Amino acid sequence: MKKILALLIAATLIFALTACTGEEPTEKAGSVYWFNFKPEADAALQNVAKSYKNQTGVDVKVVTAASGGYNTALIAEMDKKNAPTLFVVGNMESLKTWGDYCYDLKGTSVFDKLNQDIILYNEDGSVASIGYCYECFGIIVNKDLLGKAGYTVDDIYNFETLSAVASDIHKRSGELGFDAFTSSGLDASSSWRFSGHLANMPLYYEFKDRGVNSQVPSLTGDYLYAFKNIWDLYINNSAVTGASLATATADMATAEFTERKAVFYQNGSWEYHKLKEAGFTDDELQMIPIYTGVPGEENAGLCSGTENCWAVNKNASEEDIRATLDFMDWLVTSDEGTKVMTEEFGAIPYEGAPEDANLFIKNASDYVEEGKYSVSWDFNLTPGVEIWRMGLVDALTKYSAGLSDWSEVEKAFITGWEQQYKIENQ
Amino acid sequence: MKNLSSLRRERAVKTVLTVIFSVISIFYVMPVLLVLINSFKSNNAINMETFSLPDAESFVGADNYIKGMTFGNYPFLMSVLYSFIITVTSTALILLCTSMAAWYIERVGGIIGKGVYYLCVFSMVVPFQMVMYTLSRTADTLNLNTPFTIPVIYLGFGAGLAIFMFSGFIKSIPSEIEEAASIDGCGPVKTFFLVVLPMLKPTLISVGVLEIMWIWNDYLLPYLVLDINEYRTIPIHIQYLRGSFGTVDMGATMAMIMISIVPVIVFYLICQKHIIKGVAAGAVKG
Amino acid sequence: MGWLFLLPTFIAFSIGFIWPFLQGLFLSFTRFRLTSDWEWAGIDNYIQAFSDTSFVHAFRHTLLFTVVTLVLINLIAFAVAYILTSKIKGADIFRTVFFMPNLIGGIVLGYIWSMIFDYILSFYGTSIMLDGRFGFWGLVILMCWQQVGYMMIIYIAGFQSVPEDMLEASKIDGATGFQALRKIIIPNMMPSITICTFLTLTNSFKLYDQNLALTAGRPFEMLADGSTVRTTELMALNIVNSFSANVTNRGVGQAKAVLFCILVVGIGLLQLFGTKSREVKN
Repeated sequence: MKKILALLIAATLIFALTACTGEEPTEKAGSVYWFNFKPEADAALQNVAKSYKNQTGVDVKVVTAASGGYNTALIAEMDKKNAPTLFVVGNMESLKTWGDYCYDLKGTSVFDKLNQDIILYNEDGSVASIGYCYECFGIIVNKDLLGKAGYTVDDIYNFETLSAVASDIHKRSGELGFDAFTSSGLDASSSWRFSGHLANMPLYYEFKDRGVNSQVPSLTGDYLYAFKNIWDLYINNSAVTGASLATATADMATAEFTERKAVFYQNGSWEYHKLKEAGFTDDELQMIPIYTGVPGEENAGLCSGTENCWAVNKNASEEDIRATLDFMDWLVTSDEGTKVMTEEFGAIPYEGAPEDANLFIKNASDYVEEGKYSVSWDFNLTPGVEIWRMGLVDALTKYSAGLSDWSEVEKAFITGWEQQYKIENQ
Repeated sequence: MKNLSSLRRERAVKTVLTVIFSVISIFYVMPVLLVLINSFKSNNAINMETFSLPDAESFVGADNYIKGMTFGNYPFLMSVLYSFIITVTSTALILLCTSMAAWYIERVGGIIGKGVYYLCVFSMVVPFQMVMYTLSRTADTLNLNTPFTIPVIYLGFGAGLAIFMFSGFIKSIPSEIEEAASIDGCGPVKTFFLVVLPMLKPTLISVGVLEIMWIWNDYLLPYLVLDINEYRTIPIHIQYLRGSFGTVDMGATMAMIMISIVPVIVFYLICQKHIIKGVAAGAVKG
Repeated sequence: MGWLFLLPTFIAFSIGFIWPFLQGLFLSFTRFRLTSDWEWAGIDNYIQAFSDTSFVHAFRHTLLFTVVTLVLINLIAFAVAYILTSKIKGADIFRTVFFMPNLIGGIVLGYIWSMIFDYILSFYGTSIMLDGRFGFWGLVILMCWQQVGYMMIIYIAGFQSVPEDMLEASKIDGATGFQALRKIIIPNMMPSITICTFLTLTNSFKLYDQNLALTAGRPFEMLADGSTVRTTELMALNIVNSFSANVTNRGVGQAKAVLFCILVVGIGLLQLFGTKSREVKN
């Protein structure tokens, strides 16, 4: 028995040692390796890759990073023999990291088809990455419930009116059977809605005043009062409050909204399909701007932009770059490609792409057509994104639990930014 | 008379201890039970009433298990298979190679032997973060990025602990038996496999348990090293249940965690006599 | 011919540890984004690491955490082992139950325990994320829960190796239980104590998964100079955070890792020599 065991062990050893000296995989000319960011889209992209291979004979490998592991894995992947040819560079931080690795997309056919200004430039003016979808976020309203409470969306056009409606609903939540806002959970699954998206409001207005559209070393925090306005409104007019927010999850907020227990839900256009699946109809829903009490916000529209931008690896072989650009072109022009792209990522900013059925994207363009200004995604300029956000979430948690006052949030916001800027630009 | 009362007191103390330990034991298994209970509940119920038993409304049967096993288009059974292959071959490789190496270090020694031994002990305290990027590159250059070749990496990175424990044990066993064997005409290979290896059984078990636990649950190393499209282990599979912004399907996650710990617990229950004896005997003679 | 026994391990060890370690050591003196894309930086990264208050804090926090868990785990494991060897009813079952947490992975453990702690703390209107002390002791409890079982088994074996006749003799000589423990049991159990302290020491020092899953370093504290300290952050997590904050220069994180190794080796050696010198050679 022991002999057999020893033999078995020896056999596996020999097997393992010989297997590792196995021949190198032969590389075919011109293949695509897309290092995808979104786990939810993985299955669909794998199928598209297969179908593209059938049609053109070009190998497309799609690898999706696990949630929260994109950067770590990208560092490892870019170092490998077969590095990704197509990856995501969607904000200032990753532009700083990967800008030098980006193929200049200017003049490529896919770049020429771009019909919106979703472009990240390197300092030398070369095009580092281009958007492959665009999104918007705001406050999603359940119009039915709002009606039951005796209001319509038209009653809400600035912070004052939003605040009045919300607190009235909250006051009567017992009798109505629903509350104003969904819970503003600060668990990692939910906190990005506030440390990222909500924090965009004070950033946007500050940058607008200062006329900047690049990363600045420090903030004035002039509009943090607006951030406080809206945050207080959120946490005082929803089911979960105080210390419990620390671990309240995104699932809880989604559940409150889909079970018709809350009227307002701050989130983005990417939630549309999930809400449809949960049985909502277009008539019931509308996305309205996040009103925070900034003068003139009656003219604000939704926050439109994206962090989903494609970059092509400059260091890939000529053929691979060619193949990758062709594949991108196919994704935004062919019927099959555009279908998958719109289904998985939302509206895509390319000429001839089919009209998107996403109600919230339509809401966004309606606001623009009415002559309202759309709020850009200035939080993409955040330095040391992860750490800065962690600090902000922590401060919000303590503030909401009543353990510290608002000045802690301001500190995390302003001083945290300075610190991260320093570290990132050391 | 005095003896009798002290005996009685001792018995009373023991009974009290048994009661106390029983209570502690219940708390000890609670966390595992919690996962089990929640793996049968709906996501909402897990969030809202984590600690209550499933009721008619929150009970979802095997839904979470089915969801966890069928999401995406990566077959879950392949994950299980790869986890098994990696864990079994890596552990086998580590046990065989490091016991041989430790025998050499203890019996022949020399500068090389001593040097390797101290390097191994050193490697035990080096955090994985120190080598994570360089290791994944090295593994890629040498094509050690499949379930069949990754055991070499595990052997390299896990050698420290194994050699530390084997050396300690071998030091404590007298070398006379081996000498006798070699006088009888056994070469070193025969001596090792017929004489030394059987004596190492307790340490083989205790090292084996440590390595199995590590490799079975390891996430970051295979995630960085393996080609994750082709080869996913169970921990990687579980990680893919998280959405791009960290939203987690808690029910499915609980179910998959249950599936990932059941094999280890079954393995443990079957072998527990040996494991406990092995851990004890293997460690203590160091 | 004998060296062939060492060869396979040595090759794998070189691939899996020595080479990546040396490369990592080298990279700590460079600014790098990829391990193949670096630029010499001298000791800049080390200077930056030392001037990072969060690193210094994590350093001290890790030391404190290690000392506390080292003492607690070993004391509890020792005591439990002592009780279980005195043949109380159900000892076998307890042994099995206490060993079980060892079989579950660190991230999973962290999530389970964060749910438990938050459930308990919610009755007091607080959360494990809100107070550094909760985070610290929470992690200590988690580690004890996980590791006591394994160490206990080693100690049980240690107790069995204490010669019966010596204990009998001491009883006859009228020694108290405490004297017997100090003069006979502990000296005879030094090998187990060495192993257990070494294992708990390295486990606590390198702890990452549980730390990340339980509190991820929260709550934070902003110091007067504007730098942020993550109060419950241990070294390994600090290194990883440094990798993610310093996007253009991952050398800082690498330098921290090197400093960390030096520290651990120093302490490990001290501890090893300290306990080894007290072992009785039979």
